[in-house]
Amino acid sequence: MNLDLRIPMGLMFTLVGLILSVYGWATRGSLLYLRADNLDVNLYWGLVLLVFGSGMFLLGRRGERRAREEMLRKPPQAEAQGGRRRGH
Amino acid sequence: MFGHTQLTAIDWLIMLLYFVFVLGIGFALKRYMKTSKDFFQAGRALPAWICGLAFMSANLGAQEVIGMGASGAKYGIATSHFYWIGAIPAMIFVGIFMMPFYYGSKARSVPEFLLLRFDEKTRALNACSFAVMTVFSSGISMYAMALLIQTLHIFDGLFLTLGLPLGWIFHFSMLLSAIIVLGYIFLGGLTSAIYNEVLQFALIIAGFLPLVLIGLHNVGGLSGLRAALPTAYMHSWRGMEHASTNPLGVDAFGLAMGLGFVLSFGYWCTDFLVIQTAMATDTQENARRVPLIAAIPKMFFPFLVILPGLLAIAATTPHNVTTETVVNGTIVRETRVVSKAEAEGHGLVPAKMDPLTGKIVLDASGKPELDYDLAIPSMLLHYLPSGLLGLGLTALLASFMSGMAGNVTAFNTVWTYDLYQSYIRKGASDQHYLKMGRWATVGGILLSMATAYAASNFNNIMDTLQLVFSLVNAPLFATFLLGMFWKRTTGNGAFAGLIAGTAAAMAHHGLTLPIEAHPGLHGGWIAVLHHYPSDMAQNFWTAIWAFSTNFIVAIVVSLFGKPKPESELVGLVHSLTPRAKATEHIWWKRPEALAVALLVTVVVLNLIFR
Repeated sequence: MNLDLRIPMGLMFTLVGLILSVYGWATRGSLLYLRADNLDVNLYWGLVLLVFGSGMFLLGRRGERRAREEMLRKPPQAEAQGGRRRGH
Repeated sequence: MFGHTQLTAIDWLIMLLYFVFVLGIGFALKRYMKTSKDFFQAGRALPAWICGLAFMSANLGAQEVIGMGASGAKYGIATSHFYWIGAIPAMIFVGIFMMPFYYGSKARSVPEFLLLRFDEKTRALNACSFAVMTVFSSGISMYAMALLIQTLHIFDGLFLTLGLPLGWIFHFSMLLSAIIVLGYIFLGGLTSAIYNEVLQFALIIAGFLPLVLIGLHNVGGLSGLRAALPTAYMHSWRGMEHASTNPLGVDAFGLAMGLGFVLSFGYWCTDFLVIQTAMATDTQENARRVPLIAAIPKMFFPFLVILPGLLAIAATTPHNVTTETVVNGTIVRETRVVSKAEAEGHGLVPAKMDPLTGKIVLDASGKPELDYDLAIPSMLLHYLPSGLLGLGLTALLASFMSGMAGNVTAFNTVWTYDLYQSYIRKGASDQHYLKMGRWATVGGILLSMATAYAASNFNNIMDTLQLVFSLVNAPLFATFLLGMFWKRTTGNGAFAGLIAGTAAAMAHHGLTLPIEAHPGLHGGWIAVLHHYPSDMAQNFWTAIWAFSTNFIVAIVVSLFGKPKPESELVGLVHSLTPRAKATEHIWWKRPEALAVALLVTVVVLNLIFR
């Protein structure tokens, strides 16, 4: 079994989303957002990325769990015959 | 040109996080790199959706993000021809018709396919020209990235704090991108490059989508954008009946034949840079799906990379402004001082500065020339606050690295399999070739750096790449088309066709010149027999000449030679290969159904923006 891409990708976007939304919440309504038409863009976009990232992460974990269960069910020669699959 | 880019700790944190994950993926994949197949072909075990996004992302280099934004600002929505005419049909063709031969032949690279179908010399010619082209493309990405970092003064604050000379920023930027790309490819090979390309793809959407939304909000939505721009900017097909009546300076035939057929099919159907991602998937049917999956986001990418160019032109040209705000009972005055280049520009596209004299470059009529390549970067700096700015700049850097990485993995595979294993050291152990692949990655990066220093003569990145593609790729598609669909084509025919096609491309470039260009790198270096209305028209016609010459010469030479026995061409030529049985029984899940849906959508998009 190999690395499921959704896990690191989900983790990265969750962290970026978290950073942006916390920073956005702390700075909401400030002069910082004059250039962005006074929209609290860090907060809104941070939340979007947080949802996207955690969704990807959860899907990756579920996929990895399923792949592990599938491998346990399969006879050992299937792996030797090139039945390897990565990333989901 | 721009003032110091004020990056805060949040921006640096986001950038750092990205670099940590990119290298982390490389480290996590290192333990799976046991054989050369794992390293060069990702073990042929990746799922279609990952390869599909990487197929698209491998093309997301400097030319895509900066170049398409620049063209959007210069030509308007007509730039979408590079997607809807110049990419989608070719992506469908390679998925439906060509992938069964690439994947089914078990060739490990595109040059190796040429060896199986034709002969050794055709493979050698293609492998050498391809290796040079990948290094050149990667070098251009690297150069463009370093130049952009320098122009936007991204690292100035950091260098001033550390007491380092600002003149080192260019070299530091090159070195940084080289180390990161080298790091993750050296560790995880093609799998790492593909994984990071998908990550970069997601990051580009995450970084650019808020920019488009804020920009649209600022100009009053699509209707506001339409009202702020000349009518021609919002139509892709208006005035295309003649080269002189549209901003591209190309007529419909030149566009459809040059871009829509020769250049686009030459790139998407034969360039190992993208083909390698499709060949990394687990089954032939999935390999056919890969370009089709890639075509879905590709179709909508104009809204992410061209639209910012239009928004940059439509925005109000900045000037010194002092804003007064009352914060907790205190009047806060903030003055935004704009540079001369910004003030002399149009919208958010700054005027071009002469790097030597520091003066604004004027055109023949005495007006300031615009630096369209800075359309997207200046949008990022103008609209995005700290936080999102870090994300946007990271997305920009990711796009450059994505373009570099694809080229470097293609280079290390072609070097190791098609040059080293074939001509320098045959019959060595698999571990030896795995090691060679890793060192070829180092060599590829070093050559890219050398190219980057040499590539600083061109200003418009996209024109440069189009020129390289037209000289190297355009004749190539005729070779594949004949090779896959005409069993009579011989190795000698293919080889002679390729040589003649490239010679025709060079001759055409040397004998023609775009209006207002000087003989030299832009053409006319033999003699000027014909003037084209634009660089783009010259590039398209160079490609048409190269393709046609290759096609005719290959047919004529093949007719005088003896073709390979039919038994050796099974799996390589369409008419001699039994059709693979569809493993997918639900009709709408088959690649053909997806291809039809894509064609219909692309026609609808062309009709909407006609």
